[in-house]
Amino acid sequence: MTEGRLWSWLAVALGGLYFLLPLVGMFDFSMRMQRDGYSFEAYRVVLADPQFQQTFGYSVVLALLTIVLGIAIIVPTAYFVRLRFPGLRPVVEFLTLLPLVIPPIVIVFGYIRIYNTSSVLPLTGSWWGTNLLILFGYATLSLPYMYRSVDTGLRTIDVGSLTEAAQSLGSGWTRILAVVILPNVFVSVLSGAFLTFAIVIGEYVFAALLNVGSFGPYMVWMGGNRAYEPSALAVVAFAITWACMALIQLVTRFSKFSTVRR
Amino acid sequence: MAFLDIQHLEKSFGPTRVVKDFNLNIERGEFVSFLGPSGCGKTTVLRMVAGFETPTSGAIRIDGREVTGLPANRRNIGMVFQAYALFPNLTVAENIGFGLKVAGEGKAAIARRVREMLDLIGLPQLGGRYPFQLSGGQQQRVALARALAPRPQVLLLDEPLSALDAKVRISLRDEIRRIQRDLGITAIFVTHDQEEALSISDRVVVMHQGVADQVGTPFEIYNRPATRFVAQFVGTLNLLDVDVLDATTGKVRLGGVPVALDQPFHGRPGERISLAMRPESVELGRGDSDRVVLSGEIAAVHFLGSVIRIRVAVAGQFVSLDTFNQPDRPPPSVGTPVEVSLPHRDLMVLAA
Ligand SMILES: Nc1ncnc2c1ncn2[C@@H]1O[C@H](COP(=O)(O)OP(=O)(O)O)[C@@H](O)[C@H]1O
Ligand SMILES: [Mg+2]
Repeated sequence: MTEGRLWSWLAVALGGLYFLLPLVGMFDFSMRMQRDGYSFEAYRVVLADPQFQQTFGYSVVLALLTIVLGIAIIVPTAYFVRLRFPGLRPVVEFLTLLPLVIPPIVIVFGYIRIYNTSSVLPLTGSWWGTNLLILFGYATLSLPYMYRSVDTGLRTIDVGSLTEAAQSLGSGWTRILAVVILPNVFVSVLSGAFLTFAIVIGEYVFAALLNVGSFGPYMVWMGGNRAYEPSALAVVAFAITWACMALIQLVTRFSKFSTVRR
Repeated sequence: MAFLDIQHLEKSFGPTRVVKDFNLNIERGEFVSFLGPSGCGKTTVLRMVAGFETPTSGAIRIDGREVTGLPANRRNIGMVFQAYALFPNLTVAENIGFGLKVAGEGKAAIARRVREMLDLIGLPQLGGRYPFQLSGGQQQRVALARALAPRPQVLLLDEPLSALDAKVRISLRDEIRRIQRDLGITAIFVTHDQEEALSISDRVVVMHQGVADQVGTPFEIYNRPATRFVAQFVGTLNLLDVDVLDATTGKVRLGGVPVALDQPFHGRPGERISLAMRPESVELGRGDSDRVVLSGEIAAVHFLGSVIRIRVAVAGQFVSLDTFNQPDRPPPSVGTPVEVSLPHRDLMVLAA
């Protein structure tokens, strides 16, 4: 082994330790709820908590709706920008990056100011309004990930020719988007969707300030009031994220067709 | 009235006019090629026929129906692209059946037509494959079948062979022509390859800077080019600059030496014009009487196998000529003084 190789291995090992040690520690701690040795007691308690079930279920539904809304907004936008207004791509890309630049707390205060009970559109005044508002807000938060992954997917296909081929065979826009474009960027859409899922599941600021009972605030509340359960929750949350990433890999690996030119 | 009727078609992108007063009549079942260098507007005309571009002015009629303002998906036109443009997520059979499905045909009818099309393109066993599992030539065949399956009125092909290698290109072009003939479908084939255009077309439209310079059969285009551009672009051509002595009796001067063309042409005395001749019509030696004779010396000899191409220097300019290889007659060596001649009728006089 050459010296250069040794150093690279060392760097990788250090990096790995930096990420893994806290996880291992947390996992270890979460298993010690019962005095006499390791057990999954903390997990049992957390998973059996009706609060957990309720908030987690709420967040899952919210995440799925966010994904659907995100796809409905982003796929046609990215498609038409590529097809008709390629010059606008940098502008749209910049716009979709804004949610990363503007802190969520600023966004949510903006929402509250504009949509409060004494405004023209008092969304925060009702249960439906609040949920709609947080759904739209999360769709905004998902923009950077959704747009980039969809746009990357569109890059692997010849959008212009495929569109024209479909048109000359009689297709209208709806069919082109649903039957030709979406299936070909599906893997990319999924990777954006899983990221969105992970973000929405753990989101705290919007949820806390709009006062909805989602998983993020529940985790924070747990962290402040219990000892072992928060670690168990964190491990669960990590597991969900990893499952999402594994799913992305699986779907990519096992999709039947390939859009990559050979 | 012609089946496909294009009248005074114009197209501008911003300030640049890309297609200028383009007129063309195509009969039902005819195979017409657009031939011209890259950027001359072939694709633009084709895309206007397909409905992907809106003409700046002019009219397009198919079978008597005006389609100029009709969107592409309501024109009933089949299109084959250079990059195949098969749907990557659909199998070969699903690709071919796509247009029929859009048209709302039943499952059984679609399956029947797909099988028919797969047989037509000679790939009956590949219906279940995905496009990425096919070679380029196979993909383009599938694209052709996909375009033909819904029985379009007109088939448009935009440089469909350009992405393929030489061997496949030749076999596929013959196959395209065979299929087009079998189905009797009206087709426009765009190419920048003159051999391709000449070999498979009923008629060729030679395009140059957005204008149709000449429309004619391959034979007419090659032997009677209407413009200097057509003459130069189609086939190999010798061009000699000469000065007019007397246009009515057909006398010109080439490098100080008078030459009798023995055919009247247009031109004022002293004016510079071009003489054009194909290499295959020029011969070494005076030949019979009644030929145009030029004197010079051998400048180069290229042995190409069955054909020998000889370059002869004539008064500082060059004439290439082709002779067949004869084992008992070695070609002349460089520097030998020679006379070359050609029949009067094979000499083209082009305005400079
Ligand atoms: N969408 C467009 N916008 C601006 N110019 C274009 C567009 N499409 C084609 N052109 C220009 O029109 C000319 C003809 O193009 P095209 O029809 O593609 O030529 P060809 O197919 O003969 O190579 C070219 O100079 C090209 O740059
Ligand atoms: Mg072109």
